[in-house]
Parts: sequence; structure tokens; C-alpha cells
Amino acid sequence: MSVPMVHARGVRKHFGHLEVLKGIDLAVQPGEVVVILGPSGSGKSTFLRCVNHLETIDGGAIFVDGELIGFEASGGKVRHLRRREITRQRREIGMVFQQFNLFPHFTVLQNVIEAPVGVRGEPREQARERAHALLRRVGLEDKAGSYPRQLSGGQQQRVAIARALAMRPKLMLFDEPTSALDPELVGEVLATMKGLAEDGLTMIVVTHEIGFAREVADRVVFMDGGVVVESGTPADVLDNPSSPRTQAFLSRVL
Amino acid sequence: MKEPPEIDVAGAARTRHPLRWVASLVLLVLAAQLVSLLVTNPNFQWDVVARYVNAQIIGQGIMTTLLLTVIAMFVGVVLGVLLAVGRLSENPVARAACGLYVWFFRGTPVLVQLVLWYNLSYLLPEISFGIPFGPEFVSADTNVLITPLLAAILGLGLNEGAYMAEIIRGGLMSVDPGQTEAASALGMSSARTFRRIVLPQAMRFIIPPTGSQVISMLKATSLVSVIALADLLYTVQSIYNRTFQTIPLLIVACVWYLVITSILYVGQSFIERHYARGATRNQPQGFWSFVTSFRRRPMPTPEVPS
Repeated sequence: MSVPMVHARGVRKHFGHLEVLKGIDLAVQPGEVVVILGPSGSGKSTFLRCVNHLETIDGGAIFVDGELIGFEASGGKVRHLRRREITRQRREIGMVFQQFNLFPHFTVLQNVIEAPVGVRGEPREQARERAHALLRRVGLEDKAGSYPRQLSGGQQQRVAIARALAMRPKLMLFDEPTSALDPELVGEVLATMKGLAEDGLTMIVVTHEIGFAREVADRVVFMDGGVVVESGTPADVLDNPSSPRTQAFLSRVL
Repeated sequence: MKEPPEIDVAGAARTRHPLRWVASLVLLVLAAQLVSLLVTNPNFQWDVVARYVNAQIIGQGIMTTLLLTVIAMFVGVVLGVLLAVGRLSENPVARAACGLYVWFFRGTPVLVQLVLWYNLSYLLPEISFGIPFGPEFVSADTNVLITPLLAAILGLGLNEGAYMAEIIRGGLMSVDPGQTEAASALGMSSARTFRRIVLPQAMRFIIPPTGSQVISMLKATSLVSVIALADLLYTVQSIYNRTFQTIPLLIVACVWYLVITSILYVGQSFIERHYARGATRNQPQGFWSFVTSFRRRPMPTPEVPS
């Protein structure tokens, strides 16, 4: 078996006295699409933010493509990485946020090329060409010159996906990508994500879209109260949940 | 059931506002009195105003005033950025130091600060550079070092830094934290995130109050006349102390202060337009459409929430 793309072992995180993650174990294989389901406050978004070190974990370890995230271990000692190293690790991990977080003072095209040009040092012309190709892939080639506020929520989220892809990430994290959208705009974003999954991108998706989980996920993980309650194929978890907590959650959302 | 009476509100009589008419009349009478005073009162000595308004020596005073405004504002903005970043930093010592600075320089009158810098030699007869509590490398007589111009720049610039720090801090805090997160997730360094993402968005909130600060600074430079720096006010004072034409020369100064502040207002509106990029759903207005809008003013389109 190859090295997992993501390997989390006993990940713990607390905010003040509130323990949000109580030892999460999860392995995601290259090319795998994992959907994390769970009620609000279950820690699923927090876990996702730990994978690219937007949150610093308090215990356990997370490896992405075999590399320890946020820390370095040598000679039996573990120390925090410097900001520069953390920044380098994040370049390999794309993230899409619930609130899109596009840069409103940049046009769509500038949003997409900002990181490849400014961070990776890609030639501007080359980045521009790739940006147009990515915008075509998310169906927004004609919006390259628009500002984010001139777009609908669904269009903004698709630009955000193109922006993350422009860094050629080996892993994509989606943090409730459709939760801030009007119901009729959810489909276009999910269709874009489905396309990425079919192209073999490794993805971890935190969402409430059970339909997406059933259709696209290789594996569904159900979290509650800071632990992984149950994990398996969509058919196993969604249709034959073994845990009463999963059953209770699914009966509320389905 | 009874039908309502046949009424059409088209062509209804307007509501009368008699008090508006009274207020307008009072204001018009007052305005007429003011104009009559300006024209008929010989003490204004408009001929003297006309003679001095283009005088070369006044021009030199204006240049000093402008130079001082620009340099002191520059010092203030640079200092303000550093202090604002310091107050928002995670280092508690830096936070406290920057907070103390702002507290002191906003809490004392700028006139006092100016005079203090001008008289620094009473406090420190010599200024030296070297290792703290160790050997000195260079040393200079404070009286030689602190010229009136330097005292003015220090007094106005350091004071301005405290005010700009608060303006810039407010602007930086108004930027959605999600912007920094998105930049971090893309692997941007904190310096690049600040320069490319946070600061440009903060500028929309920083520019309008900074424009007011520039105008305040222009007028605050007149305080340096107390330390004998030949700015616009000091220049007209030195003339009327000889000729006793106090009022016409003060009018000359007022005319020039008004001319410069008017130019600053126009400049500010262009800068605000630039930083409004992407702030609304409408494309930002360019220079040419702004100029032509004086002829055919378009109806403002209401901002649509997204």
C-alpha cells in the first residue's frame, strides 16, 4: 500500500477548556474522496483547518504526503516549524472556504494568478494562460475581468476553486463549500467538485450535502463530539449506519 | 358594498412650506449684509490684499508650508503604519510600547510638543550615538542639530504618527479575517499578505480620514510660527509687524490656505475612487467618465447586496 496522502493520528485540539478534537485517526489515500459528515460543533471543520495548519493541533500528528505538518521531529525532539516552513507546506494544500474569501479588490483573473505568480514565481503569461484554462474548467471563462462582488455566490465559489487549483495542490480541502449558497446555486458548485473528483484529485470535503456524499465520496466519515464515530463506504454509513448517533443524525438531515 | 369615490391623485397640490421661505429670506439678508460689509468697509484694504497675494515672499512662505506638510505627513504615515502593526502584533511588549506612544502624543497639545523639541537642548545638551550604556561613536551639539525646521518636522510628524496609527489600525481591523486565512491557505508569507491583500483593502477605510488629516496638518503647520520658522503665517506676520496691515495680510494667508485645501479635496476624491475597486457591483468610475459626468451626471445605481 502506498503512503497515504493524509495520515492523522490521535489529533487533539482544544479552544480554552473546550476540547474540540479528542483524538482523530484518519488516513486518506491518494486520489480518494473523503466526505466528513456530522452535526454542528462536531469538530469536522476544525479538523479540516488543522490539516493545513490554520489551527495548531495540541496533540497527535498529521502527515500530508509523508511530511509532518506544522512541526518537525528530529533526534527524538519535536518543535514548532517556523512560519516560512508552514507557508511552504500550505502551498501543496488547496482550501475552499464556506464564505469563498475571494480577494474583492482583485479581478477574477488576478485572484487566480496572485499566488502562482507571487508565491511560486510562475511567469505571468504562463499563469494567465493556466488561469484561463482553469476558469474554463469551472465554467467562468467569460468572467475573468469581473470583480468578485459582481458574481453570484455560486460563481464566486467556483472562482475560489479555480484559485486553489492554480497552485497545483496535491490535496484539496473543502470547508462547507455550499453552506453559504442559495439552494439553486448549490448544484453548480457540487458539479464542479464532482468533476475534480473524477479527474483523480485527492479531496476531503466537509459538507451537509448527503446526496454529494452518496454520489461522489469513496468514503464517508461521520464525526460527533470530537471523535470519528463511524467510517466506511457511502452505502455502509448512509444506508446501514451501525452507530445510534449516526442514525439519529441521518434521520434529521435526510 | 360601497364603491370608493372617484379620485385621481395625479396633479395634487404640493404641500406648502412657509417656514422654508422665512429661513431662506433671513439667510439671503445676512448674505447681502456680508457682501456689503466686504465691499464697503475700507479696513479690508483689498488693494493691499491684491498687492501681496502674488508677492514672492508669500510664495516662499507657501513653499515652506507645503514642504512641512508633506514631510510631516510622510513621517506621520510611516510611523503610523509601524505603530499600528505594533499595536496589532502578538508581542505584548510591542503592543504596550506602541500604546504608550499613542497615549502620550495624542494626550499632549501639539503646540507644547513643538516648543519642547525646539528647546530640546535644555534637556539634552548633546546627542550621541553609540552602544546603549556603552561607548559613544558620534556626538553633536543639540543646538546645532535641532534647527527650527527639524524641530517642526519632529513636533508635527511624531504627533501625526499617533493619530495615523489609530486610523490605520482601524482600517486594518476592518478587513475580514477570512482574507488573511485565504492568503495563508494559498501559502502567502505574512509580509506579502499584508502588502497585497490586507493593506489595499484597509486603504478604503484609511484614505478618507487621512485626507482630513492632511488638511488639518496643512493648517497645523501655522503653529510653527512660534518657533520662528518662515511658513505662510510667519511670513505674513513678519510683514504686518512692519506695516501694521494686519487684516489684509491675514486675508492673504486665508486665501492661500483655502486654495490649497480645495486642491487637496479634489485629489482625495480621485484616490478614494482608486481604492474603491471591487467594493461595489458597479465598475469603478474612471478618470474620463468622472470628468464628463460634470456635463451629464448619471443617476447613481443603488448597491445590490450579494
